[in-house]
Amino acid sequence: MSDHKTMTLTLIVWRQKNANDPGKFETYTAKGITEHHSFLEMLDVVNEDLILAGKDPIVFDHDCREGICGMCSQVVNGMAHGGQDRTTVCQLHMRKFKDGDTIYIEPWRARAFPIIRDLIVDRAALDTIVQAGAYVSCHTGGVPDGNAILIPKPVADESMDAAECIGCGACVAGCPNGAAMLFTGSKVSQFAVLPQGKPEAAARVKALEKAMTDCGFGNCTNHYECQAACPKGINVKFIARMNREFLKAQFS
Amino acid sequence: MQLFSSSIGRKIVMAITGQCMVLFAIIHLLGNSTAFGWLTGGLNAYAHHLHSLPLPLLWGFRLGLLALACIHIWFGIQLTIENRACRTQQYAVKNMQKASFASETMIWTGALLLLFIIYHLLHFTFQVINPETGALINPDALGHPNVLAMVVAAFQNVGIALLYVGAMVVLFLHLSHGIQSSFQSMGWSNDRTQPCLIKGSTLGALFMFLGYAAVPLIILVRILK
Ligand code: HEM
Ligand code: FES
Repeated sequence: MSDHKTMTLTLIVWRQKNANDPGKFETYTAKGITEHHSFLEMLDVVNEDLILAGKDPIVFDHDCREGICGMCSQVVNGMAHGGQDRTTVCQLHMRKFKDGDTIYIEPWRARAFPIIRDLIVDRAALDTIVQAGAYVSCHTGGVPDGNAILIPKPVADESMDAAECIGCGACVAGCPNGAAMLFTGSKVSQFAVLPQGKPEAAARVKALEKAMTDCGFGNCTNHYECQAACPKGINVKFIARMNREFLKAQFS
Repeated sequence: MQLFSSSIGRKIVMAITGQCMVLFAIIHLLGNSTAFGWLTGGLNAYAHHLHSLPLPLLWGFRLGLLALACIHIWFGIQLTIENRACRTQQYAVKNMQKASFASETMIWTGALLLLFIIYHLLHFTFQVINPETGALINPDALGHPNVLAMVVAAFQNVGIALLYVGAMVVLFLHLSHGIQSSFQSMGWSNDRTQPCLIKGSTLGALFMFLGYAAVPLIILVRILK
């Protein structure tokens, strides 16, 4: 890799010991970064330097590093996941940056996501929403025939478009109101469009909406920042569908 | 009732009250446009027709509008306060991708509209601002309130004309976000219709701005006397 030009970057990173610590920005220099480093690998390089210098490394969430698990969660220069279309921050590469750039790195900021440490936030509230009814009740008994319920391809596709959500919470981080409408809307929609999901659709949308508010997420003002932030490109049409389902549920 | 307590429910109420006020604003604009001369007798004839409506109907309408405005403002303030509390710490770098000046200032353009509506009612409905030109005490040749004379007297004043035009810029901002936002809140939107709704919302708001601002402007430059 020695034939590659390297970059030196200035990082301004949010450091916070725990939920009660007020937290502050610290400035670091990232040296020897190539354009092939992913954003998280760039932080790995910085952390190695910090560890060698006897300092606390920057703590951040990650797991698959291939854009499918939804663990990575960083706001880079004010944009959740760094602003590259349909890209998680683990799949963001340093070729998007120039030598000498200054980069701000912050955690997801929302009341419903308390900071655990540095760039790690507690996203359990999203699980609470799912537990409130983002599933289809199954009853035991004989195994149903695989093709007993025929689902037209466009309907299956619509459901899959909503189900693409990886639950990273970027929609909440991007929303100026800390709202979880895109997340909740995609959960409501992925079931509401399918025949298996329809029997419980009204109860589900009411339960998910309530869980969403109880968890401390805000209200939607239709800025559509969530769609811009979503690494899976989930469309705000699923928020409209949830609103429609909610209105319908009031009369059922 | 979930419509008045839940998050989505209150947004739906905002949308319905907002849309009703938009419908009113369209009818009001149609009424104002009699100043351009398509109705025999112009603005005065229109005002006369309006005031010849049975009183219970007229007041029912007015109180209905007042109720709509109160509900809209109440939930607007409530939701905005809640939303601010849901993101107490802002990012060091503010970098909005899709939000607009209009969408971020809804509470302020709304508040300015409220102030304007109060002024406008005191001015032309209750006629306690500049009472000497009030239409009720100055009948026209037919003995009807001379609304045209009142409006002309007001808008020949640069300050008042520009105040009205300025208020219509605020209305433009509020509605350019508000109209499409209300369709989304009602669930009347999907990925195919949304781009049209966003453009339509801006165009609709622009149309309202041009229509409403035209009257003070043509009076200010003395086209309408
Ligand atoms: C009188 C004072 C007013 C205040 C304080 C006010 C405030 C607000 C606020 C805070 C919102 C929510 C913004 C958002 O969700 O992004 C809103 C939305 C809206 N307003 Fe107003 N507003 C006022 C007057 C009006 C008037 C006169 C009209 C119509 C002519 C109007 C039409 C709308 C519409 C259509 C919406 C969209 C509803 C939605 O987001 O679903 N508003 N207003
Ligand atoms: S680490 Fe799995 S999506 Fe980024």
